[in-house]
Amino acid sequence: MHDTNAHRATQIFAPLTASAVLVNPVGLHARPSVKLTQCAKGFTAKIEIALAADGPWTDAKSPVKVMRVKAPQGATLHFRISGPDGEAALTAMLALVHDGFGEA
Amino acid sequence: MSSLRPGNVGIVIVSHSPKIAEGAADMVRQMVGDAVPLAWTGGDVDGGLGTNVAGILAAIETAWSPAGVAILVDLGGAETNSEMAVEMLPEDRRARVLVCNAPVVEGAVIAATESSGGSSLAAVKRSAEEFYA
Repeated sequence: MHDTNAHRATQIFAPLTASAVLVNPVGLHARPSVKLTQCAKGFTAKIEIALAADGPWTDAKSPVKVMRVKAPQGATLHFRISGPDGEAALTAMLALVHDGFGEA
Repeated sequence: MSSLRPGNVGIVIVSHSPKIAEGAADMVRQMVGDAVPLAWTGGDVDGGLGTNVAGILAAIETAWSPAGVAILVDLGGAETNSEMAVEMLPEDRRARVLVCNAPVVEGAVIAATESSGGSSLAAVKRSAEEFYA
């Protein structure tokens, strides 16, 4: 019963994936990490980031974990997002990266 | 501040040095923004290095939020004086103030980031303490 429900949930909210190159000079250091986390927290969707398309995946809502990724400038940031507001979340996250977190 | 959301957990920074406490608070404001109630205190009553309970109580009052207050401390006396200040709070507030086991600067930024997303006091403390995990 529980497994059936879990399966149904993943069917409805199939994970969205996309990637963007970090353009801001210092990469994902402290300040951009805070902005990324704050943006992610604005959505109910599960949001994860990784430096490679196959992971390892990091919870984008955890400021400490995001800072530990230490993604440099030029790195490709991959997103994996699932949830009812996943599309809006993906749009917002990609815009943040493209915008250099407001400091490029 | 107009953007202040009273529902977010407040952050109090306690250091032996008022310069460290104020500097850490500056970092929080610049990196996280104004959505979090924030106060700092540092120095003993004579203006030297140290901490004092009255100053900590005043900081808790300034940063008070119905969601509670997370305190970030540096060394020994900052922690014991903070715990003493919590003991002196009215009973209904005592359980809503927690001292975090986290580095004062990094912990303050992380705690404020967590708070700015509307997280609970327990989640704010947990996130700040991830630095030592």
